[in-house]
Amino acid sequence: MLKISNVSKTFNPGTVNERKALKGIDLNVKKGDFISIIGSNGAGKSTLFNALTGAFLVDTGSIILDGVDITDMEEHKRYRMIGRLFQDPMMGSASAMSIEENLYLSSGENGWLGRISEKDRKNFREKLALLDMGLEDRMKNPVGSLSGGQRQALTLLMATYHVPKLLLLDEHTAALDPQTAEKVLDITKRIVSENNITCLMVTHNMQSALDIGNRTIMMNDGKIVYDVEGEDRKGLTVPDLLNFFKEKAGAALDNDRMLMVN
Amino acid sequence: MISLLQTALELGLISSLTVLSLYLSYSMLNVCDLSTDGAFTLGAAVGAMVAIAGHPYLSLAAAMTAGVISGFITAILQTKFGIDSLLAGIIVNTGLYSVNIFVMGGSSLLNMNNTETVFSKMKNLLKGTAFQSVSKLVVVIVAVTLVAAFLILFLKTRLGIAIKATGNNPNMVRSSSINTTSITIIGLCVSNAFTGLSGALLGQYNKAVNIDIGTGMLTVALASLLMGRLFFKKHGVRMGVIGAIIGAVLFRLVYTFALRLNMPAYLLKLISSLIVIIAIAGPYFSNKYKTGLERKKLRREERVDA
Repeated sequence: MLKISNVSKTFNPGTVNERKALKGIDLNVKKGDFISIIGSNGAGKSTLFNALTGAFLVDTGSIILDGVDITDMEEHKRYRMIGRLFQDPMMGSASAMSIEENLYLSSGENGWLGRISEKDRKNFREKLALLDMGLEDRMKNPVGSLSGGQRQALTLLMATYHVPKLLLLDEHTAALDPQTAEKVLDITKRIVSENNITCLMVTHNMQSALDIGNRTIMMNDGKIVYDVEGEDRKGLTVPDLLNFFKEKAGAALDNDRMLMVN
Repeated sequence: MISLLQTALELGLISSLTVLSLYLSYSMLNVCDLSTDGAFTLGAAVGAMVAIAGHPYLSLAAAMTAGVISGFITAILQTKFGIDSLLAGIIVNTGLYSVNIFVMGGSSLLNMNNTETVFSKMKNLLKGTAFQSVSKLVVVIVAVTLVAAFLILFLKTRLGIAIKATGNNPNMVRSSSINTTSITIIGLCVSNAFTGLSGALLGQYNKAVNIDIGTGMLTVALASLLMGRLFFKKHGVRMGVIGAIIGAVLFRLVYTFALRLNMPAYLLKLISSLIVIIAIAGPYFSNKYKTGLERKKLRREERVDA
């Protein structure tokens, strides 16, 4: 499904600010995989996502998504196949525009000169109702008036409006309060499983990294240092993960947030 | 007095087309298009040349096309050539000065006293009817109505929504698999078409085009746009478009009134600059003042608590 081979990226090469953000990443993702990714700050998790979506071009290696080589593809073209959510709920939707306008843009219905039809509105209403946040009655309201959780749920709806081949979740619940985070995570799990979407999720929460999905990857210093799935993954505990990290990275986790069990 | 008001209304409506152009580029796309002055003159020059060649209707289409080309170049410079958007506008504006003189056949002044224009056509058409005395106004109202209706419909299409979104959150637009570069290019092409039309109409209205006809137009239009916004704070495309037109007319009325009070005409540009400064800096300072008051109040309450 997704084959990342020997992908490397160095920022500001040859300067004092040189930073090797990705060092020969190899990753094979099967269709329907739900992979949780953990790692300390600066490990390269978000950089890996940026490489996949084309925010920059990689220095070496190739990225093949569903048989298509997307290594040098333009950013907006990749988003035809990839959906992405960011940690910041403000990133994924346009605050000055209404909910229906935001949905309309990602729906891509009716061509460039088409306008929102009653049929579109009915579709939007049905999809919004499934979020169970009351957004279906506020379709004309500007997105800027929504809470972080509502915006993140809306973004999720937009990113999966046309089922993407790959969904990237970049700590998308980290900026929400625990209750809302749980709700958004439940919606995520439902949408992903209903549509059998292949999904990569960066999380700071070690427990949910083990609870959610079928495979867990640990990144450190631009490399994948640990990759576990199937029987090996069952019965793993957070202390196990911390020990693995120490072993693989040669240092304790420096990210306090990751130690939070909740 | 009535004729003075009528003239103010006509001139205000003509400049409202440039204000609508800025409504699209500045308010929606969030690009301050500094090539506006040059594009306005370009529209006036092209419109005049084509009219002088004997095609009064075609002159307006030609002026709009010239605007599209100018907007296209400004947009390409800022999206594909890595030139900052403000700088791209300034560069195009400077270059247009030469282009405009070239279009005007090497002269810096074109006279249309004996030329058939859209205004003279309408005057002949309405001769002997009750609308004879307002023939110029009719032309301008038709043009503004068409452009405003187009803009309102346009901003509700997927393309229009994408323009709005590109100005608001380009990241989200790319995530919706839309190319923000193309959207910016289309937006600036459409907006400059309006500017070109505005210039052509003013040239034909004045029966003359001077190389300086567009100088300061951007600031005047921006002042009008911001004045219009004062009256229509509520968002929404229709109100925004109507507000822009009202702002343009209002600006012209205030200017006419000031002239009646013996204000020298050359002060127009200084006043438009002051209005833009007040309209942008005003809300900034009032916010600062308000937060300052709140902070003082909080501090006072703390002292009382202590």
